[in-house]
Amino acid sequence: MKKFKVAIIGAGIVGVAVARVLSMYENFDISIVEMEPDVGWGVSKANTSIIHPCHEEDPDRYPLRARLCREGNSIWRSWVKELDIPAKWPGELMVFYSSEEEREVRKYIWFAARNSVPGIRIIYRDELPSYEPNISPEAEGALYAPTAGTISPFEAVIAIAENATENGARLFADTKVLNIKVENYSIAGVETNRGFINADIVINAAGLYADHISHLAGVALDFFIKPRRGEYIVFDEDIDVKPTKILHTVPTSITKGVYAITTVHGNLMIGPTAEDLSTDVREDRATTESGFTYLLSEGRRLLKKLPPLSKIIRRFAGLRPEPPYGNWLIDVYTDPWGFINVAGIRSPGLTAAPAIARYVLELLVEKYDVNLVEKSGWIRYRKGIESIRNLSIERLDNLIKVDPSYGRIVCNCKAVSEAEIVKAADNIVKIGAKPTIDGIKFRTTAGFGKCQGSFCRWRIALLLSHKLGIPLHSVIVKRSAYGLGDIKFLLSRNQSEVERS
Amino acid sequence: MIEEKKEVVVIGAGPAGIAAAIRARQLGLETILIESRDVLGGIPLQCIHPGFGIHYFGEDLTGGEFIQRLIDKMHGIGVNYILNAYVHSIEIDSYIEKMVNVVTPNGVHKICTKTIIYAAGARERHLFELNIFGERPDGIYTAGEAQTIMDLYGVLPGENIVVIGSGDVGLIMARRFALEGANVRAVIEIMPYPGGLMRNIVQCLRDFNIPLYLGHAVTEIIGGRRVEAVRVAKVDEDMRPIKSTEFEIPCDTIVIAAGLTPNIDLLEKIGIAIDYRTKGPIVNELFETSIPGLFVAGNALVINDLVDYAAEQGEVAAEGAKIFVENDGIPTKSWKRIEPGRNVRFAIPHYISGERDVMLYARVQKPENDVYISIANLKIKMHNVRPAEMIRVKISTKIIAESRNTVIPVEVIPHEF
Amino acid sequence: MNSEEKELICIICPVGCSIKVNKTMDNISVKGALCNRGIEYARQEILDPRRIVMTVIRVKNGNLPVVSVKTSIPIPKKCIDKVLKLTALIEVEAPIEIGQAIAKDICGADLIATRRIEVKISKL
Repeated sequence: MKKFKVAIIGAGIVGVAVARVLSMYENFDISIVEMEPDVGWGVSKANTSIIHPCHEEDPDRYPLRARLCREGNSIWRSWVKELDIPAKWPGELMVFYSSEEEREVRKYIWFAARNSVPGIRIIYRDELPSYEPNISPEAEGALYAPTAGTISPFEAVIAIAENATENGARLFADTKVLNIKVENYSIAGVETNRGFINADIVINAAGLYADHISHLAGVALDFFIKPRRGEYIVFDEDIDVKPTKILHTVPTSITKGVYAITTVHGNLMIGPTAEDLSTDVREDRATTESGFTYLLSEGRRLLKKLPPLSKIIRRFAGLRPEPPYGNWLIDVYTDPWGFINVAGIRSPGLTAAPAIARYVLELLVEKYDVNLVEKSGWIRYRKGIESIRNLSIERLDNLIKVDPSYGRIVCNCKAVSEAEIVKAADNIVKIGAKPTIDGIKFRTTAGFGKCQGSFCRWRIALLLSHKLGIPLHSVIVKRSAYGLGDIKFLLSRNQSEVERS
Repeated sequence: MIEEKKEVVVIGAGPAGIAAAIRARQLGLETILIESRDVLGGIPLQCIHPGFGIHYFGEDLTGGEFIQRLIDKMHGIGVNYILNAYVHSIEIDSYIEKMVNVVTPNGVHKICTKTIIYAAGARERHLFELNIFGERPDGIYTAGEAQTIMDLYGVLPGENIVVIGSGDVGLIMARRFALEGANVRAVIEIMPYPGGLMRNIVQCLRDFNIPLYLGHAVTEIIGGRRVEAVRVAKVDEDMRPIKSTEFEIPCDTIVIAAGLTPNIDLLEKIGIAIDYRTKGPIVNELFETSIPGLFVAGNALVINDLVDYAAEQGEVAAEGAKIFVENDGIPTKSWKRIEPGRNVRFAIPHYISGERDVMLYARVQKPENDVYISIANLKIKMHNVRPAEMIRVKISTKIIAESRNTVIPVEVIPHEF
Repeated sequence: MNSEEKELICIICPVGCSIKVNKTMDNISVKGALCNRGIEYARQEILDPRRIVMTVIRVKNGNLPVVSVKTSIPIPKKCIDKVLKLTALIEVEAPIEIGQAIAKDICGADLIATRRIEVKISKL
């Protein structure tokens, strides 16, 4: 049996899903190359977190998207259980406000039938409040889709990455791809800023940079990604406006509409906007005043009232990789042999990810004539870090007896204990990522609460400093250090400059 | 599970909490003090500048010196306390029985108590509470966080600093950065007047040639990995940025000193009545909240200027707890309501009985010169009043008795010649 | 006329009196101060401005890595830089008591500790 060395570029939802699926077989030796210090910091981190029912996918224009979306929706139901990913399945309401919009909405009923999406139907004004008590009285009706869900997108990437690495995949974080090496029309490997990685197969799941990577391999030279920026507003969980269903406005040609959802963490989130940026602006994740105002007005349209603005705890923005004409570029090439594109995975990318992974496997098995051998002892299950937040005090008392650091609370707003933070740090190191305060935040929700880290960030930094044996100022927050140096750094530096001159 | 029975549980071992615990112990109450950090002292531990204790000890001490004295006094008297203790929940079982569930490294303590003095201080306003858009790079700190890492843990956050907010905390941090060799590019203040005391404008900004931009706001943060610049604009009378006045200040560190707000999530969860003016609880003269036997003191009650006020509020709350324990509740009184009037942003306590002398704490809305503060028949001449300077006035029982009304307005009246 | 009039704000107490100081060759007149300390401050400010300086100094073997210090008396403003530069060069050994002199006779003042530091207990 030939063992293929596979290099997956990009540890976002698609990259790690592919890694998980490939790790089920003996045939693949998997490396994941990720330019950020940790997994899921690109497109996957900042999205609306919806598992779509897929009645919005046009089966004639986008048959692949429609099919993989639908399959993904099903596969997620078992993946969230296997991988302990926070998820809920409340169903969604596509809200309309006029008979024109209602006509538009009927098109999705037709798509639903074609895509085998169950349970879709229109609900009118008088029935609406029993589905969603928080619905705006302006709504005339809504298209109800019961199979919609929401997951925590960054926790999903982390969970899948942990499972993939436990099953043998290796992660090279903080590693940037400089070039793809092709020899004799075949993939030879990947050149990175940390060295050369041998590979027979390269799977390009590089999100916003997938076009760039594809071009490095000399493939799809006319394929360009346009970053589409989406802004979001997050409210504190301590409010009385929490939609029970996923609410959104009718999709336009550009977006799936604006959503108002109660996330798995209990926060009201409104977004996204949809603003196309030019191809050379790949890192502009700035929020804007106009985006903010727009989201507030859409929120007011969907909900009977918005919480007071003083309850906003975060505004953020993310970028989505928009491909030409909305078509995903999923292809297995023979010239160069071994290069695979999984590029331009715009919405419904999160929903379809597990299905995309299986599809990529199918394609490569066929094209590259692989005789799949299942890995005996493949580990299906992964457990997340147990949060003490919702535990009864009796259960918590027992946990503390086993490990006293469960009884030392580091993040007061979210009740995150020292034990969870230490476990998170261990998990980051275990998968091969670089420990950062943000990495701890995504694994424990410490710092996501009302104070946005003003109380606890230094406490988390102190823990990391002790655990990693590095000075406090060297702890990495997101991508750079917490401090410039020790308190006398500048005075000492200026001193030696004076001495030298 | 450890079960305990107490008469007073004090939550928070900062100046208000420690002073409350000391007084409660002196009054013979079974007291326990709960602190979530691994040290006693709270915020004053990291305040290396003087201005603490002028009233309380008659000396001008640094924050650290002040709180060490209180801690030593507490140790001397022998007050029970638990460190690394997080209040998980408070249950109000009945009028005189409350359950405080505390998580500690040696298990959960269920403390049954008659009274609670909540002194958990304030939290800082963060970036998303301001109208600032743009990127979210590394290099953004709140002023308190910067103070903790600099003056407790010896870390220098950055080199080219912009401070948002000209309250005393922001001014003091600007000076700290300048003294340690950093380049403080600007202090940005949205109001047309400084938020802090004039003496701090002199000794923190003018001494170091730090530019102060009054009537300006930061509109945008620019930077990918790390802060690279801020965009600043002049604001109009409605505090909205005037786009044509925008300019950029290159920097690598932003310190947000945009104010404090009482940290009372735990109390809001059990339904306490809040004053929208102070964002703290509505209280009577013993600092008892709308929940009988639940008292608040210090910055959790109202954002104080001086640590001395926080400490004395703690003592009053302890006295209140004593009365509550002795009488199984605060005896019924004909409470009079204190009402903020002309140019008074807030005044606490909200309810007074007239049976004891009361210290009133208030702030004005706008700066004014040559005024009177008027409370019932009491008129106090003031040279000037400023929002940054808390007004602290003793109202004697005599003054309250002289007032026939159930509502006593507190107002600022211009001096007429 | 050899006179210099300056307007300054007193920093001695929170009132912050606006003071007008008039300096001639043989006399300094102070107007606007509400108390004597303010008059004294204004005179000093115009002759040789002084400040109390607060900073931190690195600690060895302590339960915290820095100790807060202040100058025992106000020092000349022009000396502040020198004092701060010095603090970058020294390190103090724990334990440290409040009031302890960390460094003596710098620009006429001592650097006094304003925080108690205990010896660090290493966790085994």
